[in-house]
Amino acid sequence: MQQNTDTEKDLQLRELDAMCVNESHLQHKWYHNLKYLVVGVLFGIVFVKAEVVSWFRIQEMFRLQSFHMYGIIGSAVVVGMISVFLIKKFNIKTIYGEPIKISPKTFNKGQIYGGLIFGFGWAITGACPGPLFAQIGTGATVIAVTLLSAIAGTWVYGYLREKLPH
Amino acid sequence: MIEFLKQPWAWYVAGPLIGLTVPALLIIGNKSFGISSSLRHVCASCMPANIPFFKYDWKKEVWNLFFVFGIFLGGAIAINLLSNPNPVEVNPELATELAGYGITNFNNLVPQDIINWQSLFTLKGFLMMIVGGFLVGFGTRYAGGCTSGHAIMGLSNLQLPSLIATISFMIGGFIMANLILPFILSL
Repeated sequence: MQQNTDTEKDLQLRELDAMCVNESHLQHKWYHNLKYLVVGVLFGIVFVKAEVVSWFRIQEMFRLQSFHMYGIIGSAVVVGMISVFLIKKFNIKTIYGEPIKISPKTFNKGQIYGGLIFGFGWAITGACPGPLFAQIGTGATVIAVTLLSAIAGTWVYGYLREKLPH
Repeated sequence: MIEFLKQPWAWYVAGPLIGLTVPALLIIGNKSFGISSSLRHVCASCMPANIPFFKYDWKKEVWNLFFVFGIFLGGAIAINLLSNPNPVEVNPELATELAGYGITNFNNLVPQDIINWQSLFTLKGFLMMIVGGFLVGFGTRYAGGCTSGHAIMGLSNLQLPSLIATISFMIGGFIMANLILPFILSL
């Protein structure tokens, strides 16, 4: 029982300010994670080939000079919405037979304050977190510094979390 | 086929492929799409420093680190095997504006004229790379997600908080790109 409450607490903590958290009761060997690596590789290729990771595309987007990024984000959302709708409607299970669970998000003011701060950073660096990894892969090694700085930013947020308005 | 793949991909090809990441991750392991959390897992694994926000079992989220490492490898594969030989096409208006700040090299995905190791130690480089990165990391966690977690995964699941977050990202971006960034670039 003690163990159960511990697991529960751990999950609640991981769920704080995070979308992508899930408690699976299945135990897998580490190499099962390689399938996420494969999805990541495909995703990274799309990112670079569609120039989503291009600083110039992001500048065009925020200056309303190109439809490209709006088309990408918009069509990605439409495909994602249809997929989630179908998964829920037909109760589609994972490849391990587990029911698929998506935790809902609750509103807090951090989504506005943090969102604005992230928007500032996005327009300066021309990258959200995903493209940072892809940009380093394309040989822009100095972006590793930007990534480290982003990790530092995350750490400082964790440090100040209790004092920030939410 | 390879020739075709080497061209820049149109939005209507890339967007749906990115959208398909949502069901792919759900089906192969019940994972909700999100990238910025990887930064938090790095903090939790390397420097939790007794901060409650980082005191969790990060090994349970290790899939996310595999995923972002994959994105890094994907970037390397795309640039080495599927690279487009032509410079990145840039809207002429933007090109003129950027030329005014001395940015004329459009050969790479990042503007090499300002984002490089030498300029890291100038005020402009410091603001662009260090401060910019810091805002990305701090802001995404404060907002509880980034473009992938909120704008794509959250909106796919019809979450109002994600819509609010996405609108905030865009407002922040518009303010920075149009009102503040010109000053930084002209430093």
